[in-house]
Amino acid sequence: MLSILLGDGSGVSSVLETEDLTKSYRAKMALSNCTIDVPQGHVVGLVGPNGSGKSTLLNIASGVLSPTSGSIQVFGSPPASSSTQLERVSFVAQDTPVYTGFSVRDHLRYGQHVNPKWDDNLARRRVEQLGLDLGQRAGKLSGGQRAQLALTLAIAKRPDFLLLDEPVASLDPLARREFLQILMETVADRGVSILLSSHLVADIERVCDYLIVLVSSRVQLAGEVEDLLATHHRLIGPRDATPPESQVVIESSYTERQSTLFVRSDGPILDPHWTVEAVNLEDLVLAYMGQGRTEREVNANEELA
Amino acid sequence: MIEFYIDTHSGVPPYLQIGQQVRRALKLGLLEQGDQLPTVKEVVARLAINPNTVSKAYRELEHEGLVVARVGVGTFVAKSLGSESFSALAPPRHDLRKWMESARRAGLDDESIEALVRECFRSSSGMVVA
Repeated sequence: MLSILLGDGSGVSSVLETEDLTKSYRAKMALSNCTIDVPQGHVVGLVGPNGSGKSTLLNIASGVLSPTSGSIQVFGSPPASSSTQLERVSFVAQDTPVYTGFSVRDHLRYGQHVNPKWDDNLARRRVEQLGLDLGQRAGKLSGGQRAQLALTLAIAKRPDFLLLDEPVASLDPLARREFLQILMETVADRGVSILLSSHLVADIERVCDYLIVLVSSRVQLAGEVEDLLATHHRLIGPRDATPPESQVVIESSYTERQSTLFVRSDGPILDPHWTVEAVNLEDLVLAYMGQGRTEREVNANEELA
Repeated sequence: MIEFYIDTHSGVPPYLQIGQQVRRALKLGLLEQGDQLPTVKEVVARLAINPNTVSKAYRELEHEGLVVARVGVGTFVAKSLGSESFSALAPPRHDLRKWMESARRAGLDDESIEALVRECFRSSSGMVVA
């Protein structure tokens, strides 16, 4: 009875689950002990400085790279471990690769040929909406059109999990907005889970309801955006006031008279010495990126010492 | 049909902004009983925001009894707020316009006027006129 109710666990189970996932190249750590558990049905924003491990995580999750150690499961089994699983996942790598010598039509034919669940109507409708010429060679398309073509192919495959590595980085603001509109329409239509990396916090703020911050190959923060915003605050108070108890101070700055603290706290803050302000996603990303960097500097100094 | 917009610099969560815009449209008589709200898909296709944001805003409006969701059809306005409140708005609007004019004549700039309005708003909220 229970097994029928739970079915394959969709709705409650994880789309992506990693434990101590590590990838190293010789002495360099690309990803260190990454442990995350992302429930299905979210649009997950992956943010962090260049070289922090975002592409590595995306490449491992899509099955392009193998981890050095640790485990990773996508829909409960290792990436690219079966044809069923490959069908459920679409990955658009950085710089939205297309076959430059192929025409737009060739791309659609190829997509149909290799993907059993291919939605040719959707692909053709999308290409028409975008105003792409079917006979045009992909090498002649603009950056925005290439990105749209790559997204069209990824969506027409009808995946349950869509991985996008900096999909909008090279696009102008209008093309970026169009790209995100199509992406969100797909989520509304099909309830697909998405993991996308980006430096553009404003875009993440619009479309993502789950956030992962990576700094120097380590996960600094992961969780639902709403919960994260509800549990983080900026406290402003006099310089000599002691920080309220049971807070985790993520970032602090001081002037002669004033202290500004960025804290995580599950309960309400009632200490009258401190003014409590709400934070937004950008504050959150910057604070945790800064914290990661400070830790890295400390480690570097320890190594020097 | 109304269209939503999202101000990403306001610091107000997007789902609250959508709720505010529906309530405002109801108060101004732009939305009346039986009117349909844009579908979740229509809103996200235009604004490029997460569909859960729109669903959450609609759920809260439903909880407040302002709209009803009909499965497979859409979300509809459950009751009008317009007619009474719209006519009730006229006298205070007239007074406020006159006050604005006098404030400007007195040399107040936009920032000072806004600060003054906010302060009076705060100090008078909770006051009930019998």
